[in-house]
Amino acid sequence: MTWLARNLDLVLELTLEHLWLSLLPIVAGLIIAVPLGQLAWRQQWLRGPMLSLVGLLYTIPSLALFVLLPPILGIGYLSRANLIVALTIYAVALMTRFASDAFASVDSHVRQAAVAMGYDGWRRFWAVDLPLAGPVLLAGLRVVAVSTVSLVTVGVLVGIRSLGFLFTDGLQRNIPVEILTGIVMTVVTALALDALLVLLGRWLMPWSRSGRGRAPARRRRPGRTEVAR
Amino acid sequence: MNLFADAFAWLASPEHHTGSDAIAVRLGEHLLYSAIAVLISAAIAVPIGYFIGHTRRGKQIAVAFSGAARALPSLGLLTLLTLFVGIGQAPMAATIVFVVLGVPSVLAGAYAGIEAVDEHVVDAARAMGMTEWQILWRVEAPIGLPLLIGGLRSATLQIVSTAVLAAYVGLGGLGTYILRGINLNDYTQMLGGALVIVALALVLDAAFSLTVWLAESTTRHRPGNAAKPASVSQTHPQEGTS
Repeated sequence: MTWLARNLDLVLELTLEHLWLSLLPIVAGLIIAVPLGQLAWRQQWLRGPMLSLVGLLYTIPSLALFVLLPPILGIGYLSRANLIVALTIYAVALMTRFASDAFASVDSHVRQAAVAMGYDGWRRFWAVDLPLAGPVLLAGLRVVAVSTVSLVTVGVLVGIRSLGFLFTDGLQRNIPVEILTGIVMTVVTALALDALLVLLGRWLMPWSRSGRGRAPARRRRPGRTEVAR
Repeated sequence: MNLFADAFAWLASPEHHTGSDAIAVRLGEHLLYSAIAVLISAAIAVPIGYFIGHTRRGKQIAVAFSGAARALPSLGLLTLLTLFVGIGQAPMAATIVFVVLGVPSVLAGAYAGIEAVDEHVVDAARAMGMTEWQILWRVEAPIGLPLLIGGLRSATLQIVSTAVLAAYVGLGGLGTYILRGINLNDYTQMLGGALVIVALALVLDAAFSLTVWLAESTTRHRPGNAAKPASVSQTHPQEGTS
């Protein structure tokens, strides 16, 4: 424990760095995946191929992706952009499926009512589809946030500093407390982000207050989704 | 794209196909460790998952457990356990970590598969005088098979991914090329290793797709079977990648 007392500054610095590296991919993942999910849901023929493609992207092990991306992007593998792009790819891969499910969870009667009231496509998206898809989108975003925070640590193997630094440094210098601190701080960061998302969801979506979490994904209207298969 | 050409040349070069550092040897190590870990995970998780699915008890614990597992950094667990058991025992430490990461996916696939079985089917089996064991083995397990295989697929991909990291604690496997390449600043070797790893992951994924398809075609007797479950990734998002 004396190690922790002496290195509090380092832990704090790495945690902030870690948080910063996680936030960008999470936000970018959401922004890219929502339109993709909407497209997959509206164009049913696109759904299968698109979900297979993101599934394949998610299959690639992270360390291999960190090596594969730099020549494609034309950047050095030590650059933080490498890690951020790789994690964004994973975030998009996870989130697109959730987004497509989220839009499918919107009651078609509500949408038809909105159309009948004269809402055009753009307005219906912002005022009806997106808010009603919100709870499932949030459930997906929570999964993305937690797994992204956990994945950032792998970046240390290609030299990108994060809480993962405590793992490699702790192993080399034989300090178990250092590694344990890294694990605990990673989990705490993930849980803190998760809690923040839950609070944000309650604030933005007061109508889904009962905290059903991911349940709506499974309560989809049978009609629409069965057709999709 | 010259780098890719170099990487393919590296892959093709005969010196990487002989001796103890041959690509096939590393691939074999990788597959062996992964297979052992998947088998242990399945041996632990399938009975528990079937119990949860059949009795509908303890699901909350399983969900919380898989949520927590997603937050755990595998590299951290790997280094910590390696320190405790010593570098010489790294394979054991790595196997424990793989199993810890593999169990939640298999568990979710097992109980989701049983849960997805139509209640009326179970009731009918019970009315016909089947014992609980018979219901589980002859009704619930076969119908839930596609989801169980889906869970095994997530677990396998997660474990294969983590096995790449395990090279860092001296386990060998395909990650060796990437980590050695980083140390020697030999990008060709890194890229060559990465390509083999990606190919392995994609081949495994395709093999599981085929198995799920076969398993589904045996349970799908009539068109529009109402009990046909959603694919596992929908009830339980994939947890590959680390």
